[in-house]
Amino acid sequence: MLADHDESVPHTHPEPGVDPHPPLPQLDRAVRIGIGGPVGSGKTALVAALCRALADELRLAVVTNDIYTTEDADFLKRAGVLDPARIRAVETGCCPHTAIRDDISANLDAVEELEEAFGPLDLVLVESGGDNLTATFSKGLVDQQIFVVDVSGGDKVPRKGGPGVTTADLLVINKTDLAPLVGADLGVMDRDARARRGDLPTIFQSIAEDPHASQVAAWVRHVVAHSRGHEHAGAH
Amino acid sequence: MHSTAYLLLADGRFPSGGHAHSSGLEAAVAAGRVTDLAGLESFLHGRLSYAAPVTAAFTAATHLTASRLGRAPSHTHSDNKVPFLTLDAELEARTVSPALRLASRRQGRALLRAGRLTWPSELYAYLPKHPDGPHQPLALGVTTAAAGLSTEESAHIAAYGVLTGPASAAVRLLGLDPYQVQNLLARLAGACDEIAASAAAVAHKSPEELPAHAAPLADISAEIHATWEVRLFAS
Amino acid sequence: MRALARIVAEADGRGGTRLARLRGEPPLQLRHTPDGSGAATVHLIGSAAGPLGGDDLRIEIEVGAGAVLCVRTVAASIALPGRDGSRSRVSVTAAVAGGGELRWLPEQLVAAAGCHHLALSTVELAEGARLLWREELICGRHGEQPGDAVISTSVNYGGAPLLRQSLTVGPATPGWDGPAVLGGSRATGSLLHVDPAAAPGGPEVLGPTAVRLPLSGPATLVSATADDAHRLRGFLER
Repeated sequence: MLADHDESVPHTHPEPGVDPHPPLPQLDRAVRIGIGGPVGSGKTALVAALCRALADELRLAVVTNDIYTTEDADFLKRAGVLDPARIRAVETGCCPHTAIRDDISANLDAVEELEEAFGPLDLVLVESGGDNLTATFSKGLVDQQIFVVDVSGGDKVPRKGGPGVTTADLLVINKTDLAPLVGADLGVMDRDARARRGDLPTIFQSIAEDPHASQVAAWVRHVVAHSRGHEHAGAH
Repeated sequence: MHSTAYLLLADGRFPSGGHAHSSGLEAAVAAGRVTDLAGLESFLHGRLSYAAPVTAAFTAATHLTASRLGRAPSHTHSDNKVPFLTLDAELEARTVSPALRLASRRQGRALLRAGRLTWPSELYAYLPKHPDGPHQPLALGVTTAAAGLSTEESAHIAAYGVLTGPASAAVRLLGLDPYQVQNLLARLAGACDEIAASAAAVAHKSPEELPAHAAPLADISAEIHATWEVRLFAS
Repeated sequence: MRALARIVAEADGRGGTRLARLRGEPPLQLRHTPDGSGAATVHLIGSAAGPLGGDDLRIEIEVGAGAVLCVRTVAASIALPGRDGSRSRVSVTAAVAGGGELRWLPEQLVAAAGCHHLALSTVELAEGARLLWREELICGRHGEQPGDAVISTSVNYGGAPLLRQSLTVGPATPGWDGPAVLGGSRATGSLLHVDPAAAPGGPEVLGPTAVRLPLSGPATLVSATADDAHRLRGFLER
């Protein structure tokens, strides 16, 4: 653990829970949040952290487009975060971006099957397969999307932009605890993210240090509350 | 001349879930039965001879039934569902593998979702209700009818889909040269046209008399594939 | 050659089965081979090589309520070409009443080089009827390419379609021995088991090229390919 680490992490901006977008239309179904990002950026760990943080207060389920094994299911089960029955894996035919953007039918079917089996649900997280910086979710599939990059991908990632970094409703810069080890300058990442994203929020986090991903969880709570027309439900 | 609707529906980019189905190719690759272009050619010949006549005939028969209803004045009569139930039962009896029954229904459900939103019609309501969705050829038959295509076009799209699904999967799984694969598809085009024409020609027959070709390895490897822990393709 | 054979089995009222009718004609000879069980067993004894191109052989079977009929052949049949290249045809039509049982367990059909053969079976099962139906096809005699053969089977249960399958092999069908169909195996076959009292269970992988499949109805189908008749039978033995 790095002693001076916290001071080097930029403040998340803008304040989580402040959404520059117009409010979501009120939904009569679960809110669907997409979680995308490059391979190894920590999407699955973020899903697990969100389940850990939110499973007691929200009725949730997960669709994963990643290669999902019984070991993954066992891991989630052992961690006590989610009943593996609430996780559906979708085969993407070697085209993870197609399944979340161009032909979303299998994902929609999976979401609807989960709502039918366990509904009503508050939240369905849709995790994309690991792809590149150009992969984003279709608005026909998810209501909001989180794009996850990590510091070990290099501090130039936000500057490169791409639709994920530029347009995601929330950008998560993950594994900040590794920044000193990989020589990533979080200040540069912070500055570039602001430049690329304008008012859209960015969160710096380390799940190693914050296993409940508390800032992202707060953002998710806010999104769910918004979709029901409650401004501050679940806030803490 | 073919309509633009025909091209839209035949296009691999039409969002009906096809990209995630390899029609047995993933299993054949894993078993070492298809490793190269020659293996793919032999595989596609088999799909054309065995799967395509059944798929295309049931698509065409459903199209014909749906088109007639679309022209009939009282096409909300509940008796009108009976021919679709018969087609469903006859196709079910031809699909001995539970994994293939499910794959067909899942693809049918995805196509139905896309078809309804692309070419809205009352005809979709005739499809037999099933928790996993209607069989793909039935969904395609009704969608092609809703899109105003001919019976021949419906059979053609069905036969073409039997070819292109595994061909595209082979490019992704084996890294085959895409130009060589297109060349192969072009060489199979004549056979595909013939099978589609034959299927359209039997569309008026009683469903019991429609083709029932069985390919043992298609059924066997579909079940083995379904037991895998990790699959890249749904079938 | 044209020939008709007819078998009618009925319950004898004492827990057994009697053959109310047993009539064959060359080359379809029938022999009742009592085995001491409640079932009646009939062997088909081919009285000539064949079927030969041009043959049209028909077998009609009826099994009444409570009767159990088992039909076997004494040896594999070998479909051979006729002189004029015409087709040989063997059709089996069977009807089984509720509570009756038919076991159709013939030896293999060998599709010899140059043959042009059609095996056409239609089985009508009343509600509550039971059936064992085995089909085994060997592609060619030892070391030869097969001719063209089609085995077409249609089974109804309680008036609804239960199984429709038509297996085609031979040089007239592109891809027949390729990776989507037989994968180079010389033998393929299936065993259909219809039993309304048995739970069909889930699908089961029996080997790299053999599975047991629950059908959409009160039945399971074992489907297999193998390098030879002996290995195939291993999957289809009852």
